[in-house]
Amino acid sequence: MRWWQIRKRDQDVERELESDLELEEEEQRESGVSPGEARHAALRAFGNPTLISEQTRAVWSWTALENLHRDIRIGVRTLFRSPGFSSLAVLVIALCIGATTSLFTVVHSVLLRPLPFRDPDRLVMIYEHFRDPSMNALQFNLNAVAPADYYDWRARTLGFEDMAAWRYWQFNLTGEQGELPELIQARGGSWNLFPLLGVNAVLGRTFTESEDRTDGDAVMLTWSLFERRFGGDPSVVGKQIHLDGKPYTVVGVLPKWFTYPDAKVEVWVPFASGLPPEILAHHDYHFTRVVARLRSDVSLASALGQVEAVQHQLHLQNLHAPVAEDVAPKTLIEDLAHDVKKPLIILLWAVGCMLLIGCLNVANLMVARSAARQKEIAICSALGARRFTLIRVQLIESLLVSVAGGVTGALLSLAATNWLVSAWRDLPSARSVHADGVVLAFACVLFISAALMAGVLPAISSTSKQGIGTLQSSSHTATCGRTRTALRKTLLTVEIATTVVLLIAAGLLLKSFWRLRTTDLGCVTDKVLTMGYSLPAKKYDNPEKVNAFNETLLERVRSLPGVRAAALGLVVPGAGHAGDDAFTIPEHPPIAAGTAQPVALYRRADPGYFSALGIPLLSGRFFTSSDRVGRVRTVIISRLLAQQYFPGENPLGQHLHMVPYGNADYEIVGIVADALHQVGQPAKPTMYFPILDGESDRGLTLVVRTTANPLTISVPVQKVIAKLDPQLPVFDVLTMQQLIEQSLGNASLSASLVIGFAVLSLILASIGLYGVLSYLTTQRTGEIGVRMALGAQREQVLRLLLGQGVRPALYGLTLGLAASAGAVRLIQSMLYGTRPLDPAIFAAVAATLLGVAALACLVPAWRASRIEPMQALRTE
Amino acid sequence: MKKRTQKHTDLLQGTLDMLILRTLIYGAAHGHQIGKHIQRTTNDFLQMQHGSLYPALHRLERRGWVVSKWEMAPDRNREFKYYRLTKKGKKQLVVEESKWKRMAEAVARVMWPATTEES
Repeated sequence: MRWWQIRKRDQDVERELESDLELEEEEQRESGVSPGEARHAALRAFGNPTLISEQTRAVWSWTALENLHRDIRIGVRTLFRSPGFSSLAVLVIALCIGATTSLFTVVHSVLLRPLPFRDPDRLVMIYEHFRDPSMNALQFNLNAVAPADYYDWRARTLGFEDMAAWRYWQFNLTGEQGELPELIQARGGSWNLFPLLGVNAVLGRTFTESEDRTDGDAVMLTWSLFERRFGGDPSVVGKQIHLDGKPYTVVGVLPKWFTYPDAKVEVWVPFASGLPPEILAHHDYHFTRVVARLRSDVSLASALGQVEAVQHQLHLQNLHAPVAEDVAPKTLIEDLAHDVKKPLIILLWAVGCMLLIGCLNVANLMVARSAARQKEIAICSALGARRFTLIRVQLIESLLVSVAGGVTGALLSLAATNWLVSAWRDLPSARSVHADGVVLAFACVLFISAALMAGVLPAISSTSKQGIGTLQSSSHTATCGRTRTALRKTLLTVEIATTVVLLIAAGLLLKSFWRLRTTDLGCVTDKVLTMGYSLPAKKYDNPEKVNAFNETLLERVRSLPGVRAAALGLVVPGAGHAGDDAFTIPEHPPIAAGTAQPVALYRRADPGYFSALGIPLLSGRFFTSSDRVGRVRTVIISRLLAQQYFPGENPLGQHLHMVPYGNADYEIVGIVADALHQVGQPAKPTMYFPILDGESDRGLTLVVRTTANPLTISVPVQKVIAKLDPQLPVFDVLTMQQLIEQSLGNASLSASLVIGFAVLSLILASIGLYGVLSYLTTQRTGEIGVRMALGAQREQVLRLLLGQGVRPALYGLTLGLAASAGAVRLIQSMLYGTRPLDPAIFAAVAATLLGVAALACLVPAWRASRIEPMQALRTE
Repeated sequence: MKKRTQKHTDLLQGTLDMLILRTLIYGAAHGHQIGKHIQRTTNDFLQMQHGSLYPALHRLERRGWVVSKWEMAPDRNREFKYYRLTKKGKKQLVVEESKWKRMAEAVARVMWPATTEES
């Protein structure tokens, strides 16, 4: 008989016992006992049939299962009897588990799961590395590689199976049949990149070596563009598409899962395609990312050593140029996770703290419950329930709460993960983020440990007492459960300490974020609209055409109603690094060999740029419309550049020699105030070149300052552009405020998440405090009644109880402040303009916590002080 | 009086199983018969406790040493659950018997050393 035949088995046992009992009865009758007595005599001889049948059934090992079933039923019933407790506990666990699981999902897919490439452990990124520590401060410790360096590394070292390269690019994709033009993200990949990663095209093929040339016109589509723009039609392979007005032949389509280096990439072209040969031969144009596959029989150190030797040689050959001395490796995962790693780990800590607080809270609730059920449990054990059974019942109860909480939490985390992934802009999207087996297992381990933690502690403490003792002490409630109170207070202290740590971290992050938000960029940010466009080189093939377009555009935009000023620049302040260049000063003696060449951010500006953005002129002049192609080459420098490279001199009239832009001298005609290139980063020396000088072939940013809401002007401006060139796409239509917010996206997200966790923890902690104090108060009702009957004042009672509640809060606060002093070191590097031991934050957190704690204690304490002594004494 | 006999029936663990198996050698029997038989054969020295008899029967059935079947009793017009020894049960009986013999001898050697040596 199998376990599902329990019922049949039970009936069988009953029937067997009944028939044997009847036989016994008959025999008793036959031996002369009166019929009325026979039954009793038979039962006497037989024993208790119920007990026997139970013992018999126990032989079949389904008893354990039956007991479990029974315990679960009892547990569900008990939980439903106190819906307030149950829903609170489930909610707490669901929130904690939901938050933990989603963050773990993200961490797992971003930092832990190996990349979907062939043998990903042997892939490594190689960067150039400057030894000069001042370069490290400028984040040149991992510098992009110059193409010529990459070619030399590949040709002259043996430690790697192969090295591949890729670079950033973007194209203007125009349609044949009048589809809208659009600006698409592209990457240039060396022909061996895909074989090196172990990626095959799903349609067609990857690049061949012969296509990886300057005039190579092959293109591969990523799955997203293939689906979106070409309707997933396989016949697109072999056809031509137009990028920047030039025909390219589609040779293949990449698989759907391939979203390296990020999901925004739409096409791949060969690495060298479209690059002038002189750039490929340059050792100081740093724009290449190098992926290398280590040979299985060579250690990373020795393989890198070879590359380093080559690089050092190159450095010695190019002392005049910024060619690094060294190389430095980085794993692919770290390369993709870049600045996400730190906030993720901090969030994980925050969530861990919250999980701990949640468990402590649930444990606290459970202890409170078991205290309320003391008598029930005492009666049960007096009736013969074993301690193990009692613990098991309570354990199952907490397991039920955890499972309910866990299931709700898992659903919650599905939603939260989706939200997190969409809200987190910089999250590397090379791999899709979705829950998988590991994450589920993680969640399961979480629930079970939560259940054990929340169940075992109260269960053990509530059954450790002698039942009789509890029954006896029920008339002196003040004395009983002292150990339990101590346990609850300890739990509470730990809970409050953890909350303090979270609150302090959140406070620091908030302050740092606020500092970032209020940074002065050095330019006007209010009512400014920016949008980008990029004139294709094929159509605008000479400087006159470019200038004509730009000048006409500015003129027309300026004449729009509501426009205060319009200007053109390469980028606006706050929009990021956007490129830099090395320069020399012909008036100065040549720099000593081996010292780093001066480098400054590269910017372009039209005559109206500085005045439109409110960047003040310090000396000299702004550009005029005569600073254009064919005239004297001019440049405007920032205050920091003047201060750093012309100390004690007048830079006006001196020159900057620029190798990349015509290998010419540029006369310094003006000095402007510093503007930050990125919020949260120190200002950098900057040089501005006139847009009209004919060197401009890159994308430009149109800046429009308006009198009213800047977004209302965006459609009229786009219409102006469409009228001038219907094939020209605009991109990144953003106000300056939006631009800044976008660049702060992560800081604001992690600050608000940590604050969310901290506030939740504070609420949990105050629930805990409230719970403990109301429990204590109920317990001491009789005692308070006696005190008041003997003449204690209401204020005295209030003070007594308040002191009792606030004391664990004070302990917790002290402990938490001490722990925070250590924990803040973790987030030190994420803070901007905020000291980790900021006294204001520490004081504010202490005050908030004490305030909330006092409030949580006040309610039960006040209630206790209102007790009518006579009534209290009567409740005994 | 009854209390004393009960004390005597504290059977050694596993002994009851052996006694049941031995009883079933004579043929199928139901629980009541088995209990009565053991009691009678030991001249009421072993008073059968139903609380251990039925669990023991089910334990034996679970191990496959006996099988059970509801059958008409020949003397009474009613069905009883009859237990029957299986092949496995017969083998088990031999094992239990020899174990018991060795046990009894060992106990005897400790309890009456002189008599054992003489014999």
